[in-house]
Amino acid sequence: MSVSDTKPQPAIRTRGVTRDFKAGQQTIRVLHGIDLDVCPGELTYLVGESGSGKTTMISIMCGILWPTDGDVEVFGTDIYALSDNELVNFRLQNIGFIFQQYNLIPSIDAASNAAVPLIAQGMNRLEARERAVAMLEKLNIGDQAAKLPNQLSGGQQQRVAIARALVHEPRLVVCDEPTAALDAKSGRKVMDLLREVGVAEDRSVIIVTHDNRIFDLADRILVLEDGRITHDGTDMPDDH
Amino acid sequence: MLWIAIRMLTGDKQKFYGLLFGIAFSTLLITQQLTIFVNLVERGASGVYNVTEADVWVMDEVSRTTEVNFAMPSTALDKVRGVTGVDWAVPHLRAVASVRTKDGDLEGVEIIGVDDATLIGLPPSMIEGSKSVLFQPDSVIIDDVGTTRMFEGGISPVGERLELNDQRAVIRGVADTIPSFTSQVALYTKYSQALRYVPGSRNRLSFVLVGTSDGVSSEELAARISEKTGLKALPREKLAQNGIDFIMENTGIPLNFGITVILGFIVGVAIVGLTFSLFIRDNIKQFGALKAIGVTNRKIAGMVAAQAFMVGMIGYGLGVLGTVAFIYSFSGDPTFKGFYIPWQVPLISLVAMVLIIVLTGWIALRGVMKTEPAAVFR
Repeated sequence: MSVSDTKPQPAIRTRGVTRDFKAGQQTIRVLHGIDLDVCPGELTYLVGESGSGKTTMISIMCGILWPTDGDVEVFGTDIYALSDNELVNFRLQNIGFIFQQYNLIPSIDAASNAAVPLIAQGMNRLEARERAVAMLEKLNIGDQAAKLPNQLSGGQQQRVAIARALVHEPRLVVCDEPTAALDAKSGRKVMDLLREVGVAEDRSVIIVTHDNRIFDLADRILVLEDGRITHDGTDMPDDH
Repeated sequence: MLWIAIRMLTGDKQKFYGLLFGIAFSTLLITQQLTIFVNLVERGASGVYNVTEADVWVMDEVSRTTEVNFAMPSTALDKVRGVTGVDWAVPHLRAVASVRTKDGDLEGVEIIGVDDATLIGLPPSMIEGSKSVLFQPDSVIIDDVGTTRMFEGGISPVGERLELNDQRAVIRGVADTIPSFTSQVALYTKYSQALRYVPGSRNRLSFVLVGTSDGVSSEELAARISEKTGLKALPREKLAQNGIDFIMENTGIPLNFGITVILGFIVGVAIVGLTFSLFIRDNIKQFGALKAIGVTNRKIAGMVAAQAFMVGMIGYGLGVLGTVAFIYSFSGDPTFKGFYIPWQVPLISLVAMVLIIVLTGWIALRGVMKTEPAAVFR
């Protein structure tokens, strides 16, 4: 058995990922050959200034934006070698999303919102709802299951979004500024919940954030500057 | 996912009702206008429809409809009776006259002379009196719509005396008729009596009404009569169609109603298109999130299609119901007497609705399809 065989399979493995965007006649390179391994069982932060390329990076890592060049493997699957439908299905089965603005459907209740991935997978609506309610209970908002999003506070809506991201037990959870709209206390609570429910031996959570109030909760912090990873450690560098 | 799509649609009540209104209004406009158009145009054939017994109508070569006719010599009747396959043939007169009412008003009327012996040429049913009243001297039967025009206030006209071209006429019955295109008052009387009411040229026989013998078709007999007599002979369906065609060709009705129907379609496209696009735009983030989560474009298209289908069908149903309510509530008005909704009309408006839905749904769907899932992170 070789040494590499004994290593755990990375949750995400990127090699030479670049991404260019056209701006009129110009081509702007946003990512410059990113090589990165994200391990399972880790809460990884992707930190950087606006325009540093972190949104582009996270979009590429979760299979919703094609890189200009390079390879991306998620739990060993070369996701951009998949057909469009296979990639969509891969996301549905393996990735959970938490968006900054939650993007909950305003006209269905919290439980139904949380059940969306299961319904999309083809599960019976009532069964999916039951599982969603169980997840909401795990996140301490089971009593809000029948409420519409506009009847919930920002923190509660965020928990519904977390429930939606976790209900189908994905192996990778991708979060975009999950605490941006929350006060410090609620933000930390949300992060505790994410760690408790989302991080496991065979799972990984990646968070894009600016929020220095929660930096101490990360297992690993990657700093992105001008499309390059300039820091990789358990703490934020001193100059940030 | 379809359930979610429907909830997304119905949850935004303002837009949902806006969409329903757009579809329902458009359907109502198209269905109601087409219904009125068809019924009005069909009245061009009322002269034929009111005479149910005749299989074949014989007329002068230049006659076109029951209203636009040229009188034949009375010998035409005998010529027709001599053709093999003719079971019976009776004279029929149609002419216009002026009538002076009891109040001294002058009213243009159509005098319809029916066969003296058999009374063939009268409408099949009576509202007041019986057909046999025509056997009494100076008798005329008035049509029901004519009654409302000449005798306001719902007073029975039976017993009323009229002055018809200096001749005395007494109304002794009211016939249940399909009104003519112009809703002109019709007075039915015996053929011999009609000749007195409508003095004039030597030839006054407008039509010969013919019944076919057993085993002979109307078309076959009409062709045979034409060949043998040199007169124009048409099966009743053909003459009815000629009446409809005459209205179509000689009035601005098709154009006017056509414009309204097109406007209904355009209004539908505009209201529904705008509202649906707004609805999609308001929900574009949610659709983007669904795409990111792993809902396929096909399922998203299915969701938009379900939303469009639901709003389309409810709106269409409301529009058709509105038309039915309109026709029903105006059925007592002589202008709308006998109006019905031909099955083709809801079908046409359904096709129009499907076009509106497909067109607006497709435009809305394009917006959703163009949305990159990565946009949810921006």
